[in-house]
Amino acid sequence: MNIHKIATYLNGLTDQSDTGLIFDCVPIAGEVDVLRVDIQGREEIPVFVSVTGDQILCISYLWGEDEVIEGKKAEMMEAMLEMNIPMPLSSFARIEQKYVIFGALSEHSTLADIEHEVSVLSDNSLEVIAEMADYLK
Amino acid sequence: MSILKKIITAVRGGAREVGEGIVDANSTRIFEQEIRDAENHLTKAKRDLTEVMAKQMQAGRELERIKGEISEHEGYASQALAQNNEALALEVAEKIAQLEVELQEQTTSHATFEKAATRLKDLIKKSERQLADYQRQLSMVKTTDSVQKATAAITDSFTSSNSSLLSAKESLERIKQKQAMFDDKLVAAEQLQAESGDQSLKDKLKQAGIGQQQNSANAVLERLKNKS
Repeated sequence: MNIHKIATYLNGLTDQSDTGLIFDCVPIAGEVDVLRVDIQGREEIPVFVSVTGDQILCISYLWGEDEVIEGKKAEMMEAMLEMNIPMPLSSFARIEQKYVIFGALSEHSTLADIEHEVSVLSDNSLEVIAEMADYLK
Repeated sequence: MSILKKIITAVRGGAREVGEGIVDANSTRIFEQEIRDAENHLTKAKRDLTEVMAKQMQAGRELERIKGEISEHEGYASQALAQNNEALALEVAEKIAQLEVELQEQTTSHATFEKAATRLKDLIKKSERQLADYQRQLSMVKTTDSVQKATAAITDSFTSSNSSLLSAKESLERIKQKQAMFDDKLVAAEQLQAESGDQSLKDKLKQAGIGQQQNSANAVLERLKNKS
């Protein structure tokens, strides 16, 4: 699997996707191929897809450390830990100073699996931000 | 130190340096070489095992053959004794003794092959576990490395597109607004569709002279005439 195949597939779906979402994929140049997947109406929170070795990683950035209300970080992290398993397919992580939500798929996943993953990740990210609003500035 | 521990230490120590800290290209290459070596050993061990198992089966068949021959000759010896042919019985007994030595030898080599097969099977199992572990560790190192490179690329693209200026809450708010606007448009379009659909039907009916017609003076006059 490579990001160009994924981009061609997702862009080609237009309004025929099973999930009802419309994707717009833009490859990002860099040392590692990364695909930025914009979802129509949700452009503010894109999903980033990269193929690394034996897995496909889909990541959405949630908020930065600086957006967490002072003194509420521990409580927020506990809430995130508890939410982690009930949340379908996605998990929380932190990359540098940013909290992220991500899903990892096998490199042998089908394109339909990837589409499903990206759409669930996007739904989850919106829901998580809404749920965690109390901890955020 | 385990790879995972190294990764954690490196990430804590300063995220930017992880790439150099644990995944310098050279050590990754050495690691990959180790994995290839382990794979080669595994292939060789599997080939050896096939050979040993074949020899074990061969020895097993030989054992059965000798045992069969021994019992056959024991029968002959008894028959010779029954005929009081001591000399012939002795000759047969010598043959049996010879066969028993052979049986002993075959039993030993069968057991040796069996032991070797068991040892090879254990070795293969162990090597497979080891190989899987190496591969998992290599995958961790590589993933850490590529996530870092990917993050760098994403961060660059964020800064150039200014998308990072929005906070999570602001982003969500905007998305919700867009969703609401989309929903409103949908509702409006549906209403419009319904209204225009209704109107065009009425027009058609009117043209066909069906349904409620505009009251003309003639119609009124007609009605009044009928009343009186």
